[in-house]
Amino acid sequence: MSAVVTDGAPRLARRRPALKGLGAAGGLLPFGAYVTIFLLVPAVAVVVGAFRSPTGQATLHNLHLATQSQYRKGYETSIELSIIASVLPAILGFLIARSIHRAPAESFLRRLVVSLSGVFANFGGVPLAFLFISTVGNTGLLTKWLSDIHFDLYGDTGFNLYGKSGVVLVYLYFQIPLMVLVILPALEGLTPSWREASDNLGGSTLDYWRHVGGPALAPSVLGATLLLFGSAFSAYATAEALTSGTIALTPIQIGAFLNGNVLPGQENVGKALATGMLLIIGAVMVVYVLLQRRAAKWSQT
Amino acid sequence: MVADVTAPELGLRGIATELNTPPRTRARSRARSIGRGNVTHIIVLTLTAVYFLLPLYAAGKFALTVDGHFSWAGLKGISKQDGFKDAFVLSFKLALVTTLISLALMVPTAVLVHLRFPNLRRFFDGLTLLPIVIPPVVLIVGVLQVAPQKLKGTPYLLALEYVVLAMPFMYRSLDAGLRSFDLRTIVDASRSLGGGWLSTLWHVLLPNLRSAVLSGVVLTVALVLGEYTMATLDQYTTFPVWIVYNDQSSSQTSVAASLLALLVTWLVLIIIAAFGGQRRGRGNREEA
Amino acid sequence: MTEVTTGSSADRRTAAATSPAPLIATAAEGGAHVEFVGVTRSFGQTRALDGLTVDIAPGELLALLGPSGCGKTTALRVLAGFEHADAGQVMVDGRDVIAVPARKRDMGMVFQSYSLFPTMTALDNVAYGLRLRKQSGPVRRHAAQELLDMVGLAPQAKRYPHQMSGGQQQRVALARALAIEPRVLLLDEPLSALDAKVRIALRDQIRALQQRLGTTTLFVTHDQEEALSMADRVGVMRNGRLEQVASPTELYTQPATPFVAEFVGTMNRIPGQTADQQVMVLGSTVPFTGPPEARGVVDVLVRPEGLAVTPDRNGDAIVTSHSFRGAVTRLGVQLSGDSAVWVDLSSDAASTITPGDPVRVTLTATRVLVDVPQ
Repeated sequence: MSAVVTDGAPRLARRRPALKGLGAAGGLLPFGAYVTIFLLVPAVAVVVGAFRSPTGQATLHNLHLATQSQYRKGYETSIELSIIASVLPAILGFLIARSIHRAPAESFLRRLVVSLSGVFANFGGVPLAFLFISTVGNTGLLTKWLSDIHFDLYGDTGFNLYGKSGVVLVYLYFQIPLMVLVILPALEGLTPSWREASDNLGGSTLDYWRHVGGPALAPSVLGATLLLFGSAFSAYATAEALTSGTIALTPIQIGAFLNGNVLPGQENVGKALATGMLLIIGAVMVVYVLLQRRAAKWSQT
Repeated sequence: MVADVTAPELGLRGIATELNTPPRTRARSRARSIGRGNVTHIIVLTLTAVYFLLPLYAAGKFALTVDGHFSWAGLKGISKQDGFKDAFVLSFKLALVTTLISLALMVPTAVLVHLRFPNLRRFFDGLTLLPIVIPPVVLIVGVLQVAPQKLKGTPYLLALEYVVLAMPFMYRSLDAGLRSFDLRTIVDASRSLGGGWLSTLWHVLLPNLRSAVLSGVVLTVALVLGEYTMATLDQYTTFPVWIVYNDQSSSQTSVAASLLALLVTWLVLIIIAAFGGQRRGRGNREEA
Repeated sequence: MTEVTTGSSADRRTAAATSPAPLIATAAEGGAHVEFVGVTRSFGQTRALDGLTVDIAPGELLALLGPSGCGKTTALRVLAGFEHADAGQVMVDGRDVIAVPARKRDMGMVFQSYSLFPTMTALDNVAYGLRLRKQSGPVRRHAAQELLDMVGLAPQAKRYPHQMSGGQQQRVALARALAIEPRVLLLDEPLSALDAKVRIALRDQIRALQQRLGTTTLFVTHDQEEALSMADRVGVMRNGRLEQVASPTELYTQPATPFVAEFVGTMNRIPGQTADQQVMVLGSTVPFTGPPEARGVVDVLVRPEGLAVTPDRNGDAIVTSHSFRGAVTRLGVQLSGDSAVWVDLSSDAASTITPGDPVRVTLTATRVLVDVPQ
């Protein structure tokens, strides 16, 4: 495939490289096929399976069961947990981001925190669970320190690493850094001259946050919180490693179906549960994307 | 876990940005004194530091203490544990296969999208949200439902799925890398000089994409080595799965292995971010 | 630490009297009297402001002109209250405002990057200052609408910043700053981010509005054309100091220092030789002014219109370029030796001269500036 040379100069404009219409689209085929086979097909299968009985007939029985008793509890606990594990780190993460954003020693402290956030946000699952077990588990370091000063961590506060409170505590470890990383660019997007303009026109700090900074940041903060919610809601590894399935969480319950601990006739209830998860997260992500678009509008100048 | 998907990429970007932006001299002091807000900031940051560092210390102490004093036995003991070698090798193999498939799939796709379908870029950006919406636990349910028995019998089914999990940030890494130079011109230049597609890809594009490919690979490997959900539900003993099972016999080595895995991931991430980012920055300026 | 002041108030009044547009009678009420007295500000090792002393008469538009880093923006920000001064005073109507926080200074500021609040409509943006002053809804909305009228953006009242062009945003920003009826108006390179055409149109609008309202204004820019066309007086700054404060005409025709001379308008540099109080250059001997170090062999600074060109077969200069600019043509001429100069002459006279022609260059200026050779 050599270039056509006219008058000594290759005329690139006239030559169409072999990426012609159909051929080019064909180039995307492997990717499309792969995503379809390995992502969409299983996802669709789950949803379809939710409506089938073990013998293959269409039924709503699975869905019905999925909203009953322990599964309902599972959803409730999952959602409750995810709300706490998203709102709390959202607030804390925002405060941290604000601290390093405004800190005068911006260059070192800030770089340190951002790099560490990148690293900690990657923490999760099994290793993280083990870290916390060594810290606040039954024989954890902090637990021992506290008992040395006659403070029973488990008895006095009702805290339980292997229960809900523990899971939330552990989730904070990667949720907070995630929030910091997501909200920092938004804080950067708060042009400093907005603050100056507000000051100049006579506004106090409160005025600024109420009328300018707050509304401008709101979509990003809400969006980030939603992202955190999705992250907490779909987490499996950390919860499982910590609780070994002792608390009712939807992802754990779904996993239980795969381990064969299933009553006959209810094999597909797990798929119904999974479908429920998809719906919830899907809705959350849609709102997230819409909020991102709104936030992008505000930061255009 | 969403954190698995977005966090590594965000984390990498965060580290890379911070390591590569020269500290700006904020030549502005507010008429409002710095004093008032400072105390809250200090408290916030201190408490945060404690929260994040204490578990590391606790784990380190637990893993590296034998009979009350410091010892490497915890770490050394890892390799002696039952099943460690098999689990680690399996994870390693899965990482390798996943990376190769991922590269073979994503590099041409990303290049094609940039070259020929720039208007599809928004669509692809949205596509990278899909693995967040379809959590691994849901995905594995579906996979086990539709996969043929032959595939289910091999752990490499996991590798095939890991490619999907890694897709978002492999794509985004490549996307960022492709945006850092003038793709169209380079490709046209190469083809006008007589290069075929494959040679263009190999000799021209990949060298320019080195850091992007590298960070994508690192993120993929980190993901595979840390992936627990799908592996345990598919009932294959990869390294993270092994750590949990091994806890029953020796929690010290499990904790040590966890720490080790984390530290290695961090180090690699930081190295890649520092090394990869620098290249990109310098490269641009030189080419300009 | 040299202070460059405008001298007595008599000079000020003269300057005001000779400025292009008459000051409106309401000026004294509308605008405040601003004074910088020995203001110094450093950032680490750099001295951003070095004993700045200048005042702005009520209703006057003073432009601070200079290259980036000269301290003009810092001066503005010190006045606004966004920067501390390390030393010196800033007086507004005789009161030192150094200790007054920015939000109590009652000044309106227009930023280079517009800085309209993104989540509010144009109307709400303009009304913001009034809202903070607890004016009721209908009252402040009416006032805001009037102001938008004044800047010609009445139909855009309900639009959001991201739906407006740069020029429109800047006009809204101006309305917003004026809404609070400030004693001082501060403009921080407001036109730099705009297209050339918009810039010129807006320039006139700002000036007209400012004169109509009689608001004392401090205008910072690096564009000398802007400064010269808009301001009552221009202060040229370099390295934190004022090199000269004068009316645009005076600045152009009687630059106090070589820096000012070269910054404002075009200047030629031609080697010359001083002897006593005069300098010899291009065959003429004229009186000169300049820094004390510039003696002996010097660079003489002359404007293109201060030179003349005559076609001469035996001339030792050669025309190198010919640039038609309407009534005036600018010729590039290479002198014997290494110097090249620009010479402006009427296009009629220039029509017979083409690049390559030998010519003779003479001095028509009666007084020149000299500088140390560079």
